[in-house]
Amino acid sequence: MSNSHSPSTIEIVNRNLAVRYARERRFRRLGLAAVLSGFAALIFLMVTIVGDGWRAFQQGYIELEINFDAEALEIDDPADDDQWQYADYTSLIRSALRERFPALQTRKEKKLLYSLVSPGADYQLANMLVENREWLGQVQRVRLPVDDDIDVLLKGYVDETLPEDERRISNAQIELVKGLKSSGEIALGFNHIFFTAGDSREPEQAGIRGALIGSFLTLVVTLSLSFPIAVAAAIYLEEFAPRNRITDIIEVNINNLAAVPSIVFGLLGLAVFLNLFGMPRSVPLVGGIVLTLMTLPTIIISSRAALKAVPPSIREAALGLGASKMQVIFHHVLPLALPGMLTGAIIGMAQALGETAPLLMIGMVAFIVDIPAGFTDPATVLPVQIFLWSDSPERGFVERTSAAIMVLLFFLIAMNAVAVLLRRRFERRW
Amino acid sequence: MSNPIKNPLAAEQLVADPVPSAGEPISMHPDADLSKTVGKIEVKNAKMSMRSVDVFYGDKQAIFDVNLDIARNEVIAMIGPSGCGKSTFLRCLNRMNDTIENCKVTGSVLLEGEDIYATKQDVVPLRAQVGMVFQKPNPFPKSIYDNVAYGPRIHGLAHSNVDLDEIVETSLQRAGLWSEVKDRLDQPGTGLSGGQQQRLCIARTIAVSPEVILMDEPCSALDPIATAKIEELIDELRSRFTIAIVTHSMQQAARVSNRTAYFHLGYLVEVGKTDDIFTNPNHKLTEDYITGRFG
Ligand SMILES: Nc1ncnc2c1ncn2[C@@H]1O[C@H](COP(=O)(O)OP(=O)(O)O)[C@@H](O)[C@H]1O
Ligand SMILES: [Mg+2]
Repeated sequence: MSNSHSPSTIEIVNRNLAVRYARERRFRRLGLAAVLSGFAALIFLMVTIVGDGWRAFQQGYIELEINFDAEALEIDDPADDDQWQYADYTSLIRSALRERFPALQTRKEKKLLYSLVSPGADYQLANMLVENREWLGQVQRVRLPVDDDIDVLLKGYVDETLPEDERRISNAQIELVKGLKSSGEIALGFNHIFFTAGDSREPEQAGIRGALIGSFLTLVVTLSLSFPIAVAAAIYLEEFAPRNRITDIIEVNINNLAAVPSIVFGLLGLAVFLNLFGMPRSVPLVGGIVLTLMTLPTIIISSRAALKAVPPSIREAALGLGASKMQVIFHHVLPLALPGMLTGAIIGMAQALGETAPLLMIGMVAFIVDIPAGFTDPATVLPVQIFLWSDSPERGFVERTSAAIMVLLFFLIAMNAVAVLLRRRFERRW
Repeated sequence: MSNPIKNPLAAEQLVADPVPSAGEPISMHPDADLSKTVGKIEVKNAKMSMRSVDVFYGDKQAIFDVNLDIARNEVIAMIGPSGCGKSTFLRCLNRMNDTIENCKVTGSVLLEGEDIYATKQDVVPLRAQVGMVFQKPNPFPKSIYDNVAYGPRIHGLAHSNVDLDEIVETSLQRAGLWSEVKDRLDQPGTGLSGGQQQRLCIARTIAVSPEVILMDEPCSALDPIATAKIEELIDELRSRFTIAIVTHSMQQAARVSNRTAYFHLGYLVEVGKTDDIFTNPNHKLTEDYITGRFG
């Protein structure tokens, strides 16, 4: 019974309703736009990386009939491993090539012929023979990686319409490869070298195994140092430390440390571990210690959050039964907080896995061919390997850079997925 | 057509709080004297005996000079409006207040004549003697068996696994839960219904064979049927244990307790036989509370 001059409450509400809903719609659209633009950036990244990198998982191989002649290899004492390892396999490959194309006789023609095979193929051949020692004295058909210029040609990156002197491949080489390709003697195959070899100056001989193992060793050091230290620190700060100015300062500084640029930790590592303590350069042990310093704050913060999230009712229940403080922590609080702590640790490890800058400072940026076998062997890590390769102009390194990024992303996604799964699996509602 | 909310100001007046909130001076009871407890606080041969208990949270005093005895094998109910300090007082009896950082307790709390706040008193054995059941059922996220076995395990009460099995079985039986869970002792205690969880918590407490059991509104999170079961259980437990129960339900206090203590704004206002308190309260505040004038 309201007159026209004073509208009823419901009328006022209805009048404002449209504006309220419009605001909500606008906000929702804004949020959606934000999500979509983030998603678009991700898709763009993925498409460029995969587009550049997938070809690195393929490699051109040439099939040759190799005569493993003991005399040519100068192996007279089969018990001597050095003789097997350091025999002249290059000349074996060359004579196999000459036999395949007996018509090519001049020096220039022969040089052209030899350029088909990767300069490092003798290494593969040596490994093949060492693994199949009964081949000595036999003729075997083997597949050897082609030179990276040929690989590029096989993958169709060479513009054959360019004048001959503007490309790395001559017309004669193109002819030769075309012939071998149609007979099936040259073909693309799965690039297992990429996963089994260390770094190399030759793109077709370069692999990520060294960097992967280096990363693994570094992370082992990081995890085994940072997790126990962080958990102990978190438990002490959360459960035992009195609330006073000192603990406040510690808390503020832990949060600050989490925001310190990682290169600063690298400088610290250089100054303290290398210069002061004289620890070796370029080794996973030091890299792991530096990354420990970097990830500690992250894990401490998430561990404290996990401890805080354990409901007080559980502590009270245990205390009410007469459990001591230690028993409450180790029987009840820690088991419930552990998934959260592990999640934090995995996220910290993922962070450490992708870290480059501090490792540059302690020399893990060296060119290292050998695959590290221990914590004190010189090594590099995956992101540093990416950094190193991204500097090289060769097409083969460009695609390997992207391929290595794909491998790194795979591990990062896998680690984060494990963290999410852990959280889902052990998440409790109280 | 009349509009129910024509004037927003008028609606606001309707929700004005008729209940005095804690901390507010009780000017509505000019004759109310809080500082002197009405009724008989002493009992013969007391199990627990509290004298001049004050509790402070930082600067704020929550309990004022409370004197009270708890008799052997009695059920004493503590009632009063919310925020009046019932939980605070109850938690003094097994030093659960120690876990609250800024909480300070003064006065004396005697258990069998021994001051539990004496420096030589260890809280671990004290809490084994004075167990506690909380407002919200809080079973450990472990199996039913492990929930009950936890106390005996940490105190080393069982000499063998057979012993422990027996303790678990008798405790669950006494808590009236055995027949419901005997086939699924290995399942998580958190999977039980609310009432079953609370009985599990009671079983867990009595597995340690305490002398006193403190219960802080043990039924406030439960439905009436589960509540009835717990009350029945309290009735059975009184032959073995001394029980102090905080409740906001006067009917519950009337049903389960021998004596009732009425708290108001941190003071123990009146204590006496439950029947007397509910039929013939001596203090004006008690009367107001039990007749439902506030609460
Ligand atoms: N941990 C605490 N810190 C500070 N004040 C508290 C704390 N716990 C309770 N109080 C205060 O003490 C008074 C009594 O609380 P409580 O014992 O929980 O009342 P009840 O159980 O009777 O509802 C209340 O005023 C409350 O605000
Ligand atoms: Mg309470």
